[in-house]
Amino acid sequence: MKQFILKKKDLDAFIKKLSEKMKVVAPVSKGGGNFAFDEILSADEMVLDYIPTILPPKKYFMPQREKVLEFDVSGDMPKDTAVTDAEPLAIFGVHTCDLAGIECLNGVFSEEPEDANYMARKNKAFLIGLECNKYCDEHATCALMGTHLPNGGYDLFLTDLGEEFLVAAGTDAGEEFAKGLDFMPEASSENIAALDKLRENKKAIFKNEIATDVKELPGVFDKGAESKVWGDLGEKCLSCGNCTNVCPTCYCFDMSDTLNLDLKTGYRTREWDSCQFETFALVAGGENFREIRGDRQKHRYNRKFKYPVDKYDKFFCTGCGRCTRTCMAELSLKETLKSLVKENL
Amino acid sequence: MTEEIKNSGWKLRKGTIIEAKQLTKTERWFDIKLDDGELGHEPGQFIQVEMLGVGEVPISVSSSSTKKGSFELCVRAAGRVTNYMQTLDKGAIVTIRGPFGKPFPTKEMEGKDLVFIAGGLGIVPLRSMINYAMDNRDKYGKIDIALGCRTPKDILFKEEIERWENMEGINFSYTVDKCDDPAWKGNTGLITTLIPGLEIDPAKTYAVVVGPPIMYKFVIAELLKKKIPTTQIILSLERHMKCGMGKCGHCQIDSPKNYYCCKDGPTFTYEQVKDAKKL
Repeated sequence: MKQFILKKKDLDAFIKKLSEKMKVVAPVSKGGGNFAFDEILSADEMVLDYIPTILPPKKYFMPQREKVLEFDVSGDMPKDTAVTDAEPLAIFGVHTCDLAGIECLNGVFSEEPEDANYMARKNKAFLIGLECNKYCDEHATCALMGTHLPNGGYDLFLTDLGEEFLVAAGTDAGEEFAKGLDFMPEASSENIAALDKLRENKKAIFKNEIATDVKELPGVFDKGAESKVWGDLGEKCLSCGNCTNVCPTCYCFDMSDTLNLDLKTGYRTREWDSCQFETFALVAGGENFREIRGDRQKHRYNRKFKYPVDKYDKFFCTGCGRCTRTCMAELSLKETLKSLVKENL
Repeated sequence: MTEEIKNSGWKLRKGTIIEAKQLTKTERWFDIKLDDGELGHEPGQFIQVEMLGVGEVPISVSSSSTKKGSFELCVRAAGRVTNYMQTLDKGAIVTIRGPFGKPFPTKEMEGKDLVFIAGGLGIVPLRSMINYAMDNRDKYGKIDIALGCRTPKDILFKEEIERWENMEGINFSYTVDKCDDPAWKGNTGLITTLIPGLEIDPAKTYAVVVGPPIMYKFVIAELLKKKIPTTQIILSLERHMKCGMGKCGHCQIDSPKNYYCCKDGPTFTYEQVKDAKKL
């Protein structure tokens, strides 16, 4: 795949060109040091020096609420129509941790039976990644997870080289788009050397945050299944579900029906759910398979560091640090991992 | 702007209730015929029943796949949707998705002796397997059926059970947890009391166990005493499957093996789930 150069002064022209083809979203400031992906029309609306957005880009692949079926029971036989409102969408400035998160979700939803609603959105998304040259803050564990470097999953990928971005194409669609812009020449060997140097420098900046090889973690979780760490988390956890809402790889959902005022037509909705809620694993007979908070927290961690490793040979933590940043009880993923490792390695 | 999706897993199949019967105060039985033909299930699978505007629930198919033309459900009034379903009668339209899940291992069990154990509502899914074995009687060896429920008033499928009881080559026993009805001639006591008396050749026996979560631990302990291999104890586990497609996360079992009850189950060998925190 080809690599191109985008001068910072041409960023606005790039966004405008993109907007001609599709809706463009990018990180914008929401005040108080918070950022969110939102629609932009020009480059000056976005902030590229940003810490992970409040919600990850998963909201564009699997919206918090999504209508999946419309029904009509007015006739003799009910009618149902499966629906999506997916539209072509460019997501600009996606950090490597969030690209990794989207890759995780792609794996889950493309597994048989394929999720048609998710795939409709995925197939209309144009992803433009953005490399982090430094840490966003102290909560990230991207060096542990190896997500501080690009690892595919983008159409185009930008690295800030000072005056310009080096833009790597990851798909034919990405390359095609870049080729069509006369202000984006192909990268020279000097540009590529500058990229190599930047990556070399990153090695000194990004250091494994828990000083333990990630490959050790599934074993640590096996051994620590009955660790007191879980009870300690359970003591403090408020069971609010913030951590799962903001997680780029959490995708659990609930289904519900809504009737319109005519009581004849309505729709089914898929909505984010959280394994941290008390009723998540409750069944009709009254049995609750994860009644206590410590068990629910352990479940969440297992779904990042153990279960998906068995199932998809992939960790489902991207090191973005959102769960720690958002936790009202100030529970830290990094500290939890450190405690578990200390006790079980 | 919404557009239609043709290959969506949320599309519904439509059918009509051709017969309905109240079995007990809280359990209602339905015989359902689908517009698009056979349900196409195997014993042990489940469907999602969608009561448009009310909600959706996972329900085990109670009839055997050897029964053609229609399929049966037996639904206990437990929540919003299942309470609504108690009002449904012959002629009512129902919409469903499925069948879903891994069926009982009917093929692997061929040529083996079978022990069927059901507690309470466990008879509903197990019935699909029992009747399958009855309809393929020559494929299986000796059959033991041990059933239990709370009181004689809670017994489901009474007539059918009597038929099994009187069939040749079937060793049948029934127990109720408690009973103050002098007319009751069966056993009284927990279902575990029925197991020590069973005559079993463990190597050639499959035990198929379905019941409430609390029952498994005690029944399995008795079966292990009988030396039945853990790979030949088959369970059907209860979880609240919301999608049936291995995505929504609700039915995941807390075991090191990362099973989804809707896709990897609901039927499991005990060997598969013996490390699960709760069955």
